[in-house]
Amino acid sequence: MTTPLISVRNLHKWYAGVHALKGVDFDVQAGEVCGLVGDNGAGKSTLIKILSGVQRPNRGEIRIDGRLVQITSPKSAMKLGIETIYQDNSMVPTMSIARNLFIGREPLRFAIGGLGLLDYQRMREGAMRAIADVDLQVRSPDALLGELSGGQRQGVAIARAMHFKSRVLILDEPTNHLSVKETSKVLGFVRSLPAQSVTGILISHNLHHVFQSCQRIVVMARGQMVLDKPVAETNVDEVSDAL
Amino acid sequence: MRRLFRIYLEKPELAGVALLFVLTVVFEIRSDGVFLSAENLRGMLGLLPEVGLVSIGVTILMICGEFDLSVGSMFALMPVCIALMTNAGVPFIPAMLLGLVIAAGVGFANGFITLTFNIPSFITTLGMLFIVRSLAVVLTGGFPPLLSSDLPTGVFTQFVGPGGMIRASFIWFVIIALIAAATLGGSNFGNWIRATGGFFDAAAAMGVPVRRVKMTCFVMCSMLAGFGGTIQVFRLGAPLPSIGEGLELQAVAAAVIGGTALMGGIGTVFGAIVGALLIRVIDNGLVLSQVDANWFKCAVGGLTIFAVVANSWLRRTARRIKVEA
Repeated sequence: MTTPLISVRNLHKWYAGVHALKGVDFDVQAGEVCGLVGDNGAGKSTLIKILSGVQRPNRGEIRIDGRLVQITSPKSAMKLGIETIYQDNSMVPTMSIARNLFIGREPLRFAIGGLGLLDYQRMREGAMRAIADVDLQVRSPDALLGELSGGQRQGVAIARAMHFKSRVLILDEPTNHLSVKETSKVLGFVRSLPAQSVTGILISHNLHHVFQSCQRIVVMARGQMVLDKPVAETNVDEVSDAL
Repeated sequence: MRRLFRIYLEKPELAGVALLFVLTVVFEIRSDGVFLSAENLRGMLGLLPEVGLVSIGVTILMICGEFDLSVGSMFALMPVCIALMTNAGVPFIPAMLLGLVIAAGVGFANGFITLTFNIPSFITTLGMLFIVRSLAVVLTGGFPPLLSSDLPTGVFTQFVGPGGMIRASFIWFVIIALIAAATLGGSNFGNWIRATGGFFDAAAAMGVPVRRVKMTCFVMCSMLAGFGGTIQVFRLGAPLPSIGEGLELQAVAAAVIGGTALMGGIGTVFGAIVGALLIRVIDNGLVLSQVDANWFKCAVGGLTIFAVVANSWLRRTARRIKVEA
């Protein structure tokens, strides 16, 4: 068996008296799209927050390509090639598309100690290319995020993740506030991830979405993994029971 | 019309600029040409840097999503400290630097308390408003200490330029404003400030050091307030412990009139300056038009409300037009 791209062992997380993760084991193989489902409070958001560096585990280990890593911040997760798209989307509505795409990773004309002047030309060009790459129709990279529809915003978030050549794309309920049409577009994009040699983790409440777009399905309940099967070997009923 | 809205959305301070222009014309006519006379402009430009610096600091802090109500008190404390230090034999430059360190310390305390205990900065700095003012009064015993006349305060206050039109403080102000504008508009740090104020969680998730960004803005705001007060005291020659009372709200008014959003994320340094200038123009113009000067606060208050109402209306309209287009 090949080394999993991401391998999580015995992960624990406590929040103010709540044991949110109770020794979670979780593997993701390179090139697959893995669906992660579970009821509210099952611990999937906590697991994702740990993988994307927003929170730190209390115990347990995470390996990338078999190598033990410490994900200490969102920055360090990004350096490992893990990009995350959140349900309430991680974009600032009062800023332009170009500025949003490069938050925290701005191209600079020169810099002293990590601070410097923006290379706005490169930001605009990079933004144009990134949104064209994901087939998004937006007039200008100077448009404010707040003017876009929910689907377009999610598109920009996806464009950002792809622009930075992520290896693993985590999508945390990416279709929550979207119209039917926009939802199918996002799901289509998720299905196309393996072709772009990007590994995906899709978190969703909607089992049909997961069955449509994932190769494997993992179910969490009460802070533990309760089911882990290829999509072809299970069905909606079995997963619903596990929930 | 549609073009106008689009411009507005990108440059929220434009309404302020337009109003500035209109008021200038009105006051120029009503004062029979005194308003734009060299002598009057000289007086106004002498005062602008002092409040302008405070407005810039408050505006940048508001853009990153926090308030500082202690700036008016800081405006008094730093010059008081400098006067006391120089009287005790500390040379001028170290005294200035120490004064800035004290201001930075207050800003740091504002930020540290706000972020550590996760309370609204409105409350932290409201408390600090009283604490710092009290310190200024206690340190002086209520009477302004003497400001030695051999201090080289001329580097801030002397008249320079053709015909002595402007004070040196104005040059300091322009340099600081340019640096602040370049930082906010053209640097990655400015991008982080906007992102932090625009949507805190998103900025944090993208790896922006949100805590450090806010701390820096708190410290910088406090230092600018102290520096503005120091310039004013050098100009007046007396470190009154009571100067700058009410200035904190004038600075917020200036920021808002200049297009800064109360919720953070939107605003410019240029807008802060336009707002501060508008307030000065109203103050001065009412006097010159021989209107009872007590109407000043009424005018500033009305303008503030008007600015916010107009801003949100224009923003909504502009958005609607953009979506249809």
